[in-house]
Amino acid sequence: MKNKYLGYFTNGLIKENPVLRLVLGTCPTLAITTAAINGIGMGLSATMVLVCSNLAISLLRNIIPDKVRIPAYITIIAGFVSVVQMLVKAFLPSVDSALGIYLPLIVVNCIILARAEMFASKNSVLPSVLDGLGMGIGFTAVLTLMGMIREFLGAGSLFGITVTANHISPMIIFLLPPGGFFVFGMLVAASNAIAKKNGKKAVEHLGCESCPSRAACEKITENKEESSNEQ
Amino acid sequence: MEKLTVSSSPHLRHSDTTAGIMLDVIIALCPAAIYGCILFGLKAAAILLVCVVTAVLAEFLWNKALKKPNSIGDFSAVVTGLLLGMNLPSTVPLWVAAIGSVVAIIVVKQMFGGIGHNFANPAIAARIVLLVSFPGKMTSFLEPVSDTVTSATPLAAEAGTYSAKMLFFGMHSGSIGETSAFLLLVGGAYLIIRRVISPIIPLCFIGTVGILTLVSGGDILSAIFGGGIMLGAVFMATDYSTSPITAKGKLIFGIGCGLITFIIRKFGAMPEGVSYAILLMNILVPYINRFTLNRPFGKRKVGRHHA
Repeated sequence: MKNKYLGYFTNGLIKENPVLRLVLGTCPTLAITTAAINGIGMGLSATMVLVCSNLAISLLRNIIPDKVRIPAYITIIAGFVSVVQMLVKAFLPSVDSALGIYLPLIVVNCIILARAEMFASKNSVLPSVLDGLGMGIGFTAVLTLMGMIREFLGAGSLFGITVTANHISPMIIFLLPPGGFFVFGMLVAASNAIAKKNGKKAVEHLGCESCPSRAACEKITENKEESSNEQ
Repeated sequence: MEKLTVSSSPHLRHSDTTAGIMLDVIIALCPAAIYGCILFGLKAAAILLVCVVTAVLAEFLWNKALKKPNSIGDFSAVVTGLLLGMNLPSTVPLWVAAIGSVVAIIVVKQMFGGIGHNFANPAIAARIVLLVSFPGKMTSFLEPVSDTVTSATPLAAEAGTYSAKMLFFGMHSGSIGETSAFLLLVGGAYLIIRRVISPIIPLCFIGTVGILTLVSGGDILSAIFGGGIMLGAVFMATDYSTSPITAKGKLIFGIGCGLITFIIRKFGAMPEGVSYAILLMNILVPYINRFTLNRPFGKRKVGRHHA
């Protein structure tokens, strides 16, 4: 019994790490990881929203009508994001200014909506909270790691403390979007390599199964194949 | 009875090899590279050497680490290193040049599958990575045969600073290998005569920039002979795996490169745009190829609306 609950929590850390294994929440991952401290700030803010929204949604899972569940989830999430945003603004103004628009944008962070839809709406309260906590910590860990790599290579510092910048000039590209994509790709490749070594499947297709435009997409591909056959 | 070997097509083979083509490119690059070393001194020679050695070493170690057949014998890494070095100003520290070569070979070339599979010209992409990463170091040029540092190549200098002769033969500041339009054209002519490259891309590229500069009232001489166009158009835009296959495709590619170069120079914040133009057009090559494919003889043209 205890192991089962532990499993809900550890699931999001490595096995289904939201960023590296589910490839969710890519936008904040790429956008704010220019410094390690930003990664921690974004990760913890999202974790708090995730835990609270998972809690609320699992409590309300039998009341919310199925047809309007997505707007209902978004409303709940938006409520908690507002709370977190006000708290961060009040107590950590420097984190607030560093994260900027990406703090309110947690509302549309697909990790949170995905966990609401895939987990909290089907499970009871305690597992949902543990799932939210595990996913949130997994998210925070990857953001912090990425922030550390990019900050070290791009600014020559770690958590704001200068390390190498005085000796070698850092490569600014790591602070820019291309550097973000590069580090993200390297991390996914590394996690794939580790997963393969342990006999797990590598992330190759970025979740076509869960994509809302999948049907339309498949139709277009089929048409294309047909026309190329004609030629 | 003699044995009959049955194999699948193609049965006609050409004697050209990758190594042979790459050697031709190296020969064609040599005059401009040597001239750059004379113009900017020993430091320039050291940069070229570091670039080439690092590129070959990176390719060798990558193949070793991944247990792949060794590919340094095809000289493509030498060409990439040499091109990258010729694209750097002679003032960059040697470790910057080495980083550039590693980026070119490992990130741009090998990670995408090695020679023939790279989506962009490795030397161009590496130069852009360096330009974005070390903006100050990558834009301080030396005046020829002196130690005066300047940040202005003829593109940014006032019109009339350089005479047409100085521009054409390369008595001006710039990257190590881009200064002498004359020697680069000699190299290009050699490649065209040896049928290594087709003249379509360089002509369209240079022509488009020339015409647009003339029409917009700019200084056509420094636009064509002063910047990186000669080096880019002759040696880098013509890279096989990152330029279109058909003549029509090459035409579109060359004009596109010229257009983007002109737009960046005229309206952008940077004085030079050749690298970005080639990189952007590199990315479009698969699309250009798809729309300019030759129709097999006798095949009916299939309209788009049938799809």
